[in-house]
Amino acid sequence: MNNMISVRDITRVYHTGEIEVHALRGLSFDIERGEFVAIMGPSGSGKSTLMNLIGCLDTPTTGSYTLDGLPVEQLEMSQLSAVRNRKIGFVFQQFHLLARSTALENVALPLAYRGGIPAAERMARAAESLERVGLGDRMDHRPQQLSGGQQQRVAIARALVTQPALLLADEPTGALDTRTSAEVMDLLTDLNRSGMTVVLVTHEPDVAHSARRLLEIRDGKLMRDVPTAEAWTAHDPHTPHLAPTSGNASPVERARRAGRLPVASRWRKSV
Amino acid sequence: MSTHERPLVRGATKGEREVLPQTSAQAEDELWAGGIGWIETLGMSLASLRANPLRTFLTALGVLIGVASVVALLAIGRGSQAAITASITANGANLLTIRTQGPPGQGGVRGAVGEGGTLTVADATALANPQNVPDASFVSPEYSGNAQIVAGALNMNARVTGALPVYPSLHNNTLAEGVFVSEEDNRAMANVVVLGANVAATLFPNGDGLGQQLRMNGKSFQVIGVLASSGGSGFGSVDDGVIVPLNTAQRKLFGARAAVGGEWSVSTIVVQAASSSQTDAALSEINLLLRQRKNLPEDGSSDTFSVLNQAAILQTVTQTTQMLTLFLSAIAAISLLVGGIGIMNIMLVSVRERTREIGLRKALGAREGDIMLQFLFESLALSGVGGLLGLALGAAIAMLVSQSGVLQAQLSLDAALMALGFALAVGLFFGIAPARNAARLDPIVALRYE
Repeated sequence: MNNMISVRDITRVYHTGEIEVHALRGLSFDIERGEFVAIMGPSGSGKSTLMNLIGCLDTPTTGSYTLDGLPVEQLEMSQLSAVRNRKIGFVFQQFHLLARSTALENVALPLAYRGGIPAAERMARAAESLERVGLGDRMDHRPQQLSGGQQQRVAIARALVTQPALLLADEPTGALDTRTSAEVMDLLTDLNRSGMTVVLVTHEPDVAHSARRLLEIRDGKLMRDVPTAEAWTAHDPHTPHLAPTSGNASPVERARRAGRLPVASRWRKSV
Repeated sequence: MSTHERPLVRGATKGEREVLPQTSAQAEDELWAGGIGWIETLGMSLASLRANPLRTFLTALGVLIGVASVVALLAIGRGSQAAITASITANGANLLTIRTQGPPGQGGVRGAVGEGGTLTVADATALANPQNVPDASFVSPEYSGNAQIVAGALNMNARVTGALPVYPSLHNNTLAEGVFVSEEDNRAMANVVVLGANVAATLFPNGDGLGQQLRMNGKSFQVIGVLASSGGSGFGSVDDGVIVPLNTAQRKLFGARAAVGGEWSVSTIVVQAASSSQTDAALSEINLLLRQRKNLPEDGSSDTFSVLNQAAILQTVTQTTQMLTLFLSAIAAISLLVGGIGIMNIMLVSVRERTREIGLRKALGAREGDIMLQFLFESLALSGVGGLLGLALGAAIAMLVSQSGVLQAQLSLDAALMALGFALAVGLFFGIAPARNAARLDPIVALRYE
């Protein structure tokens, strides 16, 4: 069994009062160890829901999800916490660094939640992880003393420090400019080349292009599962949403598919 | 897809990478083990309190004031109780004072002199017999009256007590100078006098009273001793009186009133119980003996004497003071409760403010219990800090009161621990709701919270 992720017929239904929202309508795919996969889709397509499921922040309504051999859909809350801690490294769009802690303390945080590791060893491993992302000289800086790109690299170091099975990046460049985006994507690419399984959720084609495989989600279903090298050969790589099937869409519709217009789609179980 | 092509990312060694995916049963067990320890969690809580010192202080202020007032009030209450006790027991502890008193129902009119109700020296002798009253340690018959005392140009009216040498043993008197009345003085009806501290200071302002002569009721007496001040003020402190031999008082100073049908009467017989736990036993033994001697009914319905139990008075006064102290402390404790509500308020705000941080911690593997504990520790630390500072402030207030000289406040460890414990309980109680709010946050929602 060489699958890191094995998703079978998963659905996710949210209940908002009387209304049922079918965010995922039956997806199946596998991701092997060492793959670099981009999940794309317009807002409301269900890609955020899918990312939450892959990240063990949520469980499917039906279907099965196996992560690194673990049947995630059968796990309890506290077990999901342990899986998140040990198997998954999260990288978020908004970095989510603790503002009052130094880079080193931020990176060491997941090791504290693992438990059983002495503080000195946690700091040593955090320092090692920060050096991996090229921030060995910024360990004592607090987030506001770092640029956006540096903050995201600290977040990546934090994701790596537990030596996770899977790196899950949710719009990792969404809050960065073009140049720092490229730096972050280069880092993720390097990590993948050294063996890390990387799953990237994005709606930016440029970003998705760093991945080697593209899963395109639309309306809670898997639209396409292709190597990125082939994904944009048919048309202009900068307008992937202008697929042949939607050639006659209006500018508003195109913008919406590219995720640039808000769509009333962020249904939540509760707030 | 081939991996491990470029070891560009340092530290990602082959060994580590390849061990992780093996999810054997053993590895799975290892997966569920561990978790953050409480010491680590406490560190996180303290760090977030340190990050906002002013808010932390203001939040703890309510508990601080509550604990300070409880501690100060209890110290002052205990101090005043001790002062009252000291004043009552200044003339001796565990005392039972027997006086004559008409039987009930006579409207306070005392029987005529010479009736069987009078206490006599013989009564005292019988009481002093250990076979009759085994729970008494000392028995002192006393005869008191007032007399005008003249020493040179100075004079004053003072209480004159005729007593036996046993007197200082009961009443805890010590001599500042000279000697006390002796058995010899009593037998010889000697005209000697021992002055109370205040009397000596009034009549002999230069402190040279010892050996001098003074006159009482026209008779000349020699000063053989001066008592040290007992400090007490209640129950006829001996500081304001003088002591002469019992026989001298009965037969020379107040003879006309003291002679009763061939017997010499005494005004009081003071009995000291051997210990505080024996006062009740001594009391019933005294009642029994005196009723026998005076042929009174054993149920005490027509007693011609009364026994004043110092321990009972002390208990009543102590209880009253304690009630008052507790009452005031309870009011102070209300401010502790209000302080707890302040903590809850701030903790609820804090949880709301740190929603995204909570989401992140959950994403990184914090369990519900870990988050709960972190916020509980925060409210406990807030109330603990408030409690400790309150202890310090309360102690300072108590010391200031002592310094001012009004009374000597008594700080006690158990009161301090009780106030601190109550403060921590308040922090725990009011911390539960915010901590549970935090623990139950959905990480997906929390991470997107704006």
